[in-house]
Amino acid sequence: MAQAELSTAPAPDIGLPETTPWWKYFTFSTDHKVIGIQYLVTSFIFYMIGGALATAVRLELATPEVDFVSRELYNQLFTIHATIMIFLWIVPAGTGALGNYLIPLLIGAQDMAFPKLNALAFWMIPPGGLLLIMSFFTGTGAAASGWTSYPPLSLVNGKAGEFIWILSVLILGTSSILGAVNFFTTILKMRAPSIKINTMPLFCWAMLAASILILLSTPVLAGALILLSFDLMAGTNFFNPAGGGDPVVYQHMFWFYSHPAVYIMILPVFGTISEILPVHARKPIFGYKAIAYSSMAISFLGLIVWAHHMFTSGTPAWLRMFFMVATMVIAVPTGIKIFGWLATVWGGKIRLNSPMLFALGFISMFVVGGLSGVMVASVPFDIHVHDTYFIVAHLHYVLFGGSVFGLYASIYHWFPKMTGRMLNETWGKIHFVLTFVGFNLCFLPMHYLGLMGMPRRVAEYDPQFATINAICSIGSYILAVSTIPFLVNAIYSWRSGPIAGPNPWNALTLEWTVASPPPEHNFDGVPVPKTGPYDYGFVKQGDRRRKISDLKASDILGGA
Amino acid sequence: MQGSTVNSTTAIGVEQGHGHGGHSAHPDHRLFGIFVFLVAEAMIFLGLFAAYLTFRAVAPEWPPVGTPKLELLLPGVNTLILISSSFVVHRADEAIKKDDVKGMRLWFAITAAMGAVFLVGQLYEYFHLEFGLTDNLFASTFYVLTGFHGLHVAFGLMLMLAVLWRSRREGHYSSQSHFGIEAAELYWHFVDVIWIILFVLLYLL
Repeated sequence: MAQAELSTAPAPDIGLPETTPWWKYFTFSTDHKVIGIQYLVTSFIFYMIGGALATAVRLELATPEVDFVSRELYNQLFTIHATIMIFLWIVPAGTGALGNYLIPLLIGAQDMAFPKLNALAFWMIPPGGLLLIMSFFTGTGAAASGWTSYPPLSLVNGKAGEFIWILSVLILGTSSILGAVNFFTTILKMRAPSIKINTMPLFCWAMLAASILILLSTPVLAGALILLSFDLMAGTNFFNPAGGGDPVVYQHMFWFYSHPAVYIMILPVFGTISEILPVHARKPIFGYKAIAYSSMAISFLGLIVWAHHMFTSGTPAWLRMFFMVATMVIAVPTGIKIFGWLATVWGGKIRLNSPMLFALGFISMFVVGGLSGVMVASVPFDIHVHDTYFIVAHLHYVLFGGSVFGLYASIYHWFPKMTGRMLNETWGKIHFVLTFVGFNLCFLPMHYLGLMGMPRRVAEYDPQFATINAICSIGSYILAVSTIPFLVNAIYSWRSGPIAGPNPWNALTLEWTVASPPPEHNFDGVPVPKTGPYDYGFVKQGDRRRKISDLKASDILGGA
Repeated sequence: MQGSTVNSTTAIGVEQGHGHGGHSAHPDHRLFGIFVFLVAEAMIFLGLFAAYLTFRAVAPEWPPVGTPKLELLLPGVNTLILISSSFVVHRADEAIKKDDVKGMRLWFAITAAMGAVFLVGQLYEYFHLEFGLTDNLFASTFYVLTGFHGLHVAFGLMLMLAVLWRSRREGHYSSQSHFGIEAAELYWHFVDVIWIILFVLLYLL
C-alpha cells in the first residue's frame, strides 16, 4: 500500500453518469456547475478573439514601418485586446468559472448562496463583450486610448467607441461585483459544518481574498467611469485640464481598481495551484496557514499600492516613497506562497502530467514576472522604463505566464471532473511545450527592448529594434498555433475521451468524492470529509492521524 | 483505488439528519448579501467623495471664483426629513416583528412619502440654482454627487412601494418572514448615511 502504486489509469469504461443536456448551457440555469462552465467557455471564446487581436498587433510590429494596419486601427487593436483579455477572459475565467464551479463542491454545499444572482451575473458577460466588439463597427471605430483610457486622450478620440467601452466595462464590472457578493457569502456562510474556515481548501481562501478586492475596488472604477462619461458626453470637465479639471484624479481612481485587479486575476490561480500541486506531488501542502493568510495579506496590501503606476504623473516624492515601499512589501506574502509551493513539490512523487507541467510553468514564469515587478516598483528604475516594452514584458509574465498558465493547469486538472472524461496527455504535453516556448520567445526579448527605450503603444519603431521584434512576432505566432492542439484535444475528449471515473487523480478534496460530472445537487445531505484536503501520506488510525512513513509494514498490512 | 493511502470512495460520509432534504434548506443569507452589496455601493460614493476632496484640495480657490453661494434652508429641511425617515422606517420593522402588518404598512407609507418630499425638494433646488452642470468643477461635482445620491433615494422609494404592493397579500410578510422589509430598511439607512456625509461635504465645509 505504498504511494508508488498510485496510478492514473482511467477507470473502466462504464459510461457516464447522467450529464447536463447541452441546451441547458444556453439557459438561465441556476446550477453553479452549469454557470461555471458557461463562464469558462464564454471567456475562452473571448480569449480566442483577444488572441486574434494580439496576433494582429504582432503582425503590425513584425516590421518597423506601418504596413499591416493603419495607426488608428493599431491603437484600437491593442486597446480592445487588453480590455478583452482582462475583463472578458482572465477575470471571468478565474473568478467566475473556477470560483463558481469549485467553491460549492470544495466546501460541501449544494449550490452557491444566491443561485439566481449568480445566473444574472453570468448573463451580463455576453452582452458586455458583444457590445465591446461591435464598437469596431461604429463610424470612428473602437476605443483607442489604451485599456487605461486616460483623459484627456480618451476624450479626443472617437466618442462612440469610447462611450461603448465605458458602458461595456461598467456592465462587466457590475457582473464581477455581483459574483463577488456571492463568493464572499458562500465561503463564509455555506460551508458544511465540519469544514472550518481554517481547514477549508486553499482555493476558498484565495477566492475570499479576491472577492474582498472586487467588492472594495471595482466600485471605485465605476465611479471614475461615471465621471469620465460625463466629461465625454455631457461636457463637464472633471478630468479635462482645459476646463479646470484634474486628469490625475482619474488616474488615482482608475488604479485604485486596476492595481487590485492584478490580484483579482492572480489570486484565484494562486488558489488552484495550491490545490493542484499537492495532488500531483502526492504530498501535503507546505504551510497551509501561511499560504491562506498570505492571500489576505496580498488582498490588504494590494489596496494601498496603486500609485506606483503613477510615478511619472507628478506624484510628490514622499508619496512615491510610500508607494514604492508598500509595493515591495507585497513580495513578502507572494514569496511565502512561492516557497510554500516549492516545499510542497520538494521530495514529492511528482507526476509530470499536463496539469502539473502547467502548474510548474506557472511558478517559474510568475517568479520572473514577480521579480521584474519588484524592479519596476523602485522609483528610479520605473522612471527609466515607464511606458516602454519592459512594462509590456512584465505584465505579460504576470498575466500570461501567471494567470493563463494557471488557468490552463486548472482546466487540465478539473476537465475530468467537469466532463467525466480524460484529456489526451500527449496532446496536453505538446500544448504545454508550444505555449512555454512561444510565450518566452514572444515576451522575454521585450525586457531588452524596454531597457533600450522602445515605447509601448506605438505602431512604428526605430529600425534598430527590427530583429528582436521579428523574434517576438514569431513567438506570438507559435502562441497562436499552440491553442489548436488544446482546442482539438478539449473538443474531442469532451465527446469521446476515456471515462475518468470519480477520482482519476486520487485526490482528497470533496469534489473528487462525487461522480464526474457531479449530480445536480452535488451531495446527498451534508458531506463530512474523513480526511483533511491535503492529507497525502497520512492514514487515520482510530482518532490519530499518522504519517505513513512512521508506520511499520505490519501496521499497514494489518499485522499479516 | 489502487493503494491510495486514503480510499477516496470512503473519504466522505454523510451527516445524517442534518440536511433537511430540500435544496434550499440552508438558512437565509439574503440580508447578509445585501449588506455585502451595500459595502460595494459605499465604495462608489467613497471614490466620488475622494475625487471631490482632491479637486477641492488641488484647486487654488474653492468653490471656484464666481460660484453663487448655496442656499442652506431648503437642503437643511430636506436633511432633517431624510434623517427622521430613518427612524420612521425602523418603526415598520418593529411593527412587523409583532406581526402588525397594518402598522408596518403605515410606517412604510410615511417613509415613502418623506422620501418623495426629499426628491421633490431636491428637484426644486436644481431648478432654482444659479449654476448649471458644466459651469465649473464645483457645479459639476455638486450635480453628479447629489444626482447619483438622488437616484439611490428613488430606488429606495421603489423598494418601499414594492413592499407595500406585496403586502396586500394576506400573510406575505410576518414576524417570521420579512426579508423584503429588512432589506428595504437597511438600504434606506444606507442612503441616509451617505446623504449626511454628502451634506457635510457639499454644503457645510
